[in-house]
Amino acid sequence: MSGAELALLVSVFLACAVEAVEALTIVLAVGSTRSWSASLYGCAAATLALALVVAGFGPALTQLPINALRVVVGALLLIVGLQWLRKAILRAAGLKALRDENAAFARASAATRAAGARAVAGVDAYAFVVSFKGVLLEGLEVAVIVLTLGANQHHVPLAAAAALAAVAIVALAGFAVRAPLARVPENTMKFAVGVMLISFGTFWGTQGAGAAWPGGEVALLAIVPGVALASLAMTLRLRRAGEAAAAASEAV
Amino acid sequence: MSWLASATRWLWDFLVGDDPITAVGVVAALALTALIASTGTVAWWVMPPAVLALLALSLRPPAR
Repeated sequence: MSGAELALLVSVFLACAVEAVEALTIVLAVGSTRSWSASLYGCAAATLALALVVAGFGPALTQLPINALRVVVGALLLIVGLQWLRKAILRAAGLKALRDENAAFARASAATRAAGARAVAGVDAYAFVVSFKGVLLEGLEVAVIVLTLGANQHHVPLAAAAALAAVAIVALAGFAVRAPLARVPENTMKFAVGVMLISFGTFWGTQGAGAAWPGGEVALLAIVPGVALASLAMTLRLRRAGEAAAAASEAV
Repeated sequence: MSWLASATRWLWDFLVGDDPITAVGVVAALALTALIASTGTVAWWVMPPAVLALLALSLRPPAR
């Protein structure tokens, strides 16, 4: 397995695990307050829909001319990666609240309890729809990551396998403890995924635009640490600025 | 039509989110790379600083 393939696997696995933790919170909240069967049906239906999206678009993407594919994939990875990394940096610097799975679970549970009951074919329709929407929306971002990373290296099945492994591990852990996975270091994982998406996006986008990297794929060995170090420096700078502002306001 | 509106809204949120400068900046940087590369000039150096500048720019408003 090449270094690029390994990086692909790790990136997809981490991205999928983070989104799966968030989706699990919704499925657990709906299941424990309304109906386990409806919640699991909704989760299964959304997973099937996501698998169809990957199976449908994957082969089509790999048919695109290589440079067109690289520039589209590069742009998508950069846009998604910059959004992920921005939020991760703001959270690591203390300027944005960390996602609290226990609080999200409590909010979702309260909302599902308050909703009215309506059964369709013996299944709690509200629980099904909330679970379906939650898993689908969290999963669509991962589907795009699986498709873009996988298609560009002609390894959609490998990327899909990494995604499925992440979902399976998170699901097993969640249903074993029957509680949201609040201790998973979601922000650190998002930070790492953001760095990888931006690095691959920069590499492939540049190639797709017609430019060649010195050393070919070896350039990734400079791009990944470069993006990581710059991101850490931005985090530290923002954290210090925040602390200085807080100290100044206390002094007044 | 509501699903179409929802899908369009999701796509907009996914690609643009609350920071349109990032999406526009990525496309502009890739276009600049393609323009320079088309003249036969070395162009790999455009994207790394452009991407880091976009990241720094996207972090600026909340830091104020």
